[in-house]
Amino acid sequence: MTAVAPRPGRVEVHGVHKSFGAHEVLHGVDLVVEPGSVTVVLGPSGSGKSTLLRSINHLETVDRGFVALDGELVGYRRKGDVLHELKEKELLRQRTRFGFVFQSFNLFPHLTALENVVEAPVSAQGRNRREVEAEARELLARVGLADKADAHPRQLSGGQQQRVAIARALAMKPAVLLFDEPTSALDPELVGEVLAVIADLARTGTTMIVVTHEIGFARQAADRIVFMDDGRVVEQGTPTEVLDHPQHERTKAFLAKVL
Amino acid sequence: MTLLESRPATQVNPYEGLRVVKAKHPGRWAATAVVAVLLAMVLNSLITNPRWEWGVVWAYLGEVSIVEGVWMTIELTLITAVLGFALGTVLALMRLSQSPLLRAVSWGYTWVFRSVPLILQLLLWYNLAYLYQSLDVGIPFGPSFASFETLSLIDKFGAAILGLGLHQAAYSAEIVRAGILSVDQGQHEAAAALGIPRRRQSTRIVLPQAMRTIVPTAVNEIIGLFKGTSIVYVLALGELFYTVSVIYGRTQRVLPMLVVAAIWYVVLTTVVTVIQFYVERYYARGAVRTLPPTPLQRLRGNLTAGLSRVRPVGAAATSGQDPVAR
Ligand SMILES: Nc1ncnc2c1ncn2[C@@H]1O[C@H](COP(=O)(O)OP(=O)(O)OP(=O)(O)O)[C@@H](O)[C@H]1O
Ligand SMILES: [Mg+2]
Repeated sequence: MTAVAPRPGRVEVHGVHKSFGAHEVLHGVDLVVEPGSVTVVLGPSGSGKSTLLRSINHLETVDRGFVALDGELVGYRRKGDVLHELKEKELLRQRTRFGFVFQSFNLFPHLTALENVVEAPVSAQGRNRREVEAEARELLARVGLADKADAHPRQLSGGQQQRVAIARALAMKPAVLLFDEPTSALDPELVGEVLAVIADLARTGTTMIVVTHEIGFARQAADRIVFMDDGRVVEQGTPTEVLDHPQHERTKAFLAKVL
Repeated sequence: MTLLESRPATQVNPYEGLRVVKAKHPGRWAATAVVAVLLAMVLNSLITNPRWEWGVVWAYLGEVSIVEGVWMTIELTLITAVLGFALGTVLALMRLSQSPLLRAVSWGYTWVFRSVPLILQLLLWYNLAYLYQSLDVGIPFGPSFASFETLSLIDKFGAAILGLGLHQAAYSAEIVRAGILSVDQGQHEAAAALGIPRRRQSTRIVLPQAMRTIVPTAVNEIIGLFKGTSIVYVLALGELFYTVSVIYGRTQRVLPMLVVAAIWYVVLTTVVTVIQFYVERYYARGAVRTLPPTPLQRLRGNLTAGLSRVRPVGAAATSGQDPVAR
């Protein structure tokens, strides 16, 4: 083989429209996320950030437009000029290429931290349980929770729970990690520990899309910042471009409020 | 206040050496006395009134036909519960599925089987042979491979199981559905986002959490079934109540025989209640930070608390709390 395989984790969003009933939430969003880069999505409440993130891994089906991961359409199979909607089974398999971290953690409360991490690699990817368990312990150690493997989620603090959730997402070895406001359900003193874990991951070269209100984190960890308002991408660029020299009025107004 | 002000903060604990006197509850004592007197009166009448015929009760309590009746009651209840909840779970999952057909079928089933009185359903099943002399297995509207006499397939016991089980399934379906609905939407979403296969989402993620809501109501149903099975006396099937009624029809000892049945039903219910405690405790893992103590642990805790109460002041400070909670 002479050609080096391109790095995985390229996400393309093309003209995505999404309505809930009569209310259109995304009015044609375009976005390209380069493999291994960290993209932070900023924007006021209700601007459609969560909806966009959930559309990327097909937790929401979009009305118009497409999402592709490494050139492969999400939610559809292409045969010539025809797109076939994926069956749920295939869709679930495709989802294992995305890791999703929720604002409210959504850990499985009846399973221990370790069982939470082990579940999907074993049942969705059919991997060997023993092997996955060893990996899961390493992942828990990496997020600083080596000694909490056998604790149940309700016995953990919010910050610890979110770190277990991150380990759970990492266990799938996803090409892309999606974070939806991973720290906004946390007490201020717990935000730091979770952001530190995410910033650490950013250095390992996994593609990440992070919705957050933490401007400091965005400035430090992001390669690109995307500003959304009212279901559109209004402005994007490097942290310096968007945070220090915003071009658009709405970006300026938003930053004036949060900075 | 003056105590605090008179001493600088750096000095030793100002509350040291104070004696704790437990709160008194005169109302509680009075109520206890009243209840004790009432209980004594009831006991007295039970013992001294010869018409209870305790000798007869005692003689029949372990009698062979009665024990066989109890056994039949247990069998009917367990088979019905298993059948009812298995089918009920399927119905609940159908009701919550994406397919309109499955939803409609499930809804229709529940509608019909909840609407027709159980006693009527039992008699209908028993008389199925009148409608269909034989039941065939084969290709729909095509040839049949095997044929069974309905009468030999659905005897009294079969009719009872079918009637009770299918009726129970309609109720169980609603209980299971309520349990599934009680599981946070985020759990379904997290499972889907992780790509966990659909069936595994149900069995590993959703149903175990639903069990916390399902178990108390389900046990209620099972206890109801223990007593509800007595309705199959219309099929002259020898469960506990039918057996008892046969005996008092013969001996005219109505009251003592009813007491025999009552005692057995209480025993069965008690056993189920004890099992319920442990099942609930099992499904509470993760839902509560610390599990409630088992009765055994509680007994041991009370004993140690009682002992420590005998010891003087220092030890008494902790014995006020539930000692097991620590
Ligand atoms: N399932 C839904 N049904 C109906 N409307 C919805 C649904 N989900 C989101 N919306 C609406 O879509 C709009 C965008 O919501 P979204 O959650 O994407 O915003 P957001 O940018 O993530 O906001 P926040 O910062 O508050 O999380 C909102 O007006 C919201 O009310
Ligand atoms: Mg949101």
